[in-house]
Amino acid sequence: MENSENKPQSIAKVIGASSLGTLIEWYDFYIFGSLAVIIGKQLFPADAGASALINTLAIFAAGFIVRPFGALVFGRLGDLIGRKSTFLLTLVLMGGSTFLIGLIPSYATIGYAAPILVLILRLVQGLALGGEYGGAATYVAEHAPAGKRGFYTSWIQTTATLGLFLSIGIIVFTKNMIGAEAFADWGWRIPFLISIILVIVSIYIRLKMNESPLFSKLKKEGNISKNPLMESFNHKANFKMVLLALFGATMGQGVIWYTGQFYAQSFLENTVLLDFNESRYILLWAILFATPFFVIFGSWSDKVGRKWIMLAGMLLGIICYRPIYQNFLDRTNVAEFQKTELATQTEPVVKADLIAGTQDSLVVTKTFTTLKDGASYKIVTTDTVYADAAKPIGHGKTKYIDKKLSESNFWMFVFLVFIQIIFVTMVYGPIAAFLVELFPTKIRYTSMSLPYHIGNGVFGGLVPFIATLIASFSGSTPLSGLWYPIGVAAVSLVIGAVYISNKIDENVND
Amino acid sequence: MNTVKKYLGIILIALAPVLVIFMVMQAIEKVGKAAEGIAKTNTLLQWSIILIIFFPICLGLVKFGLYAFRGEYEHLPESSDEL
Repeated sequence: MENSENKPQSIAKVIGASSLGTLIEWYDFYIFGSLAVIIGKQLFPADAGASALINTLAIFAAGFIVRPFGALVFGRLGDLIGRKSTFLLTLVLMGGSTFLIGLIPSYATIGYAAPILVLILRLVQGLALGGEYGGAATYVAEHAPAGKRGFYTSWIQTTATLGLFLSIGIIVFTKNMIGAEAFADWGWRIPFLISIILVIVSIYIRLKMNESPLFSKLKKEGNISKNPLMESFNHKANFKMVLLALFGATMGQGVIWYTGQFYAQSFLENTVLLDFNESRYILLWAILFATPFFVIFGSWSDKVGRKWIMLAGMLLGIICYRPIYQNFLDRTNVAEFQKTELATQTEPVVKADLIAGTQDSLVVTKTFTTLKDGASYKIVTTDTVYADAAKPIGHGKTKYIDKKLSESNFWMFVFLVFIQIIFVTMVYGPIAAFLVELFPTKIRYTSMSLPYHIGNGVFGGLVPFIATLIASFSGSTPLSGLWYPIGVAAVSLVIGAVYISNKIDENVND
Repeated sequence: MNTVKKYLGIILIALAPVLVIFMVMQAIEKVGKAAEGIAKTNTLLQWSIILIIFFPICLGLVKFGLYAFRGEYEHLPESSDEL
């Protein structure tokens, strides 16, 4: 499509430049979550224990919660000064804050200034991401010809998942290269620092891009919105559509996205108790196999409409989540493991520590077990030995941790995560085109960004937190947390099915 | 279909306050338990965040239900001129 102010540029270049920047922003956003345990130990006192992780997860969640505000601030800028300048700004803010997180001294050096500084930088990350996505999706959609909008914008849709892939990949690679100890000490900073190189490359490419042709046309005609925020949300007809986009589409899409990728990883690591690398390798393979489906469903939505593909993804999630997660548990319970013949078992490693303020000792015994089918796990028992010899030893719970799966189970887990990411590709592949077509050009950046980021940042981003909270209630099971994404997706499915139109808006030049 | 849209609007108007009441009740119960030392984490902060975030969203759901009940989603705009 020809630009009215600048030279024409190929759609491949438009998609490439937009996608690369967005991918880097997602990478920046997700490395923090993937490193929460290690960062928690760096930012808080050594004796903070579990509260260090919880506080770090709270800082991680803060980034999600401010995304809608970023959507408002940068969406307004995008509708006022243009798409290109705005998402250049968000890229600089995101890259700068990520790089600085990698430089923040630990709690041991600067005390509580460390978590406070990281919180501030995390908020900047959230604001930047809130502004980025709407700009990139709008920019690509406004370059795309009618009939191919779903196909072209689906490339932007792959970036969130690929950003997660890149973040996990770089973390696992760095950890394997320098060793677990060095990684926990200083190596965790590397993925943050690498970001600056990626951002510089992306800024260079984006600077060479032109402004969106539709925005340029509006600007030339003097039709730019004077106050996009007021027009989006004070104008009842627009506000109605913002609510429809949120409740009928992005709310359900958000929980499907974060259950299929984030909650799946969290569940495998914290509930199933798989080994750190094992859970990440499963996700990496599943993402690799499933990512092309973003483009397949985006493209298909150009032919059959966006609505039913997205709603089918939600329905499949609602039906399949509980059986899938039950399968994770069934295949890794100890009784299941013990059906296989033992290959080797190491001598128990015993470590005793005095319990603070007493003469009693906590004795931790670790045994590493390998089975004939290749699966392995650590058996950890914690006993309390009292100084008063008359008292019997207090036997604690036996835990089976750092589980590694047999080859057949490993690929079954990859398949089960892959299915969940297929649901993600169904709801997420067509949604950029759907949102772009719902709103007019002059308030598009503002209007589509807000429901997108409430749906994804709030409903979706809080899936791990709320699901874990529900699973911790008394009387709940490890699967109880799934009722949150299932419930939200069910409400969104009903609203979407009843109120959303399946008609593709051919003309977004309005 | 328009009748379904209207009746579903009423259900959504009712659903929002039910959700708010449910969340407030859960918050009171769970924060109360934490005060007795059952939970180790700061549940007051967690539930405050949940309520602050989801309360305005529930208000939005009421508004959405109201528009639906009034029949304002019977015809969706097909061009910007209709907005």
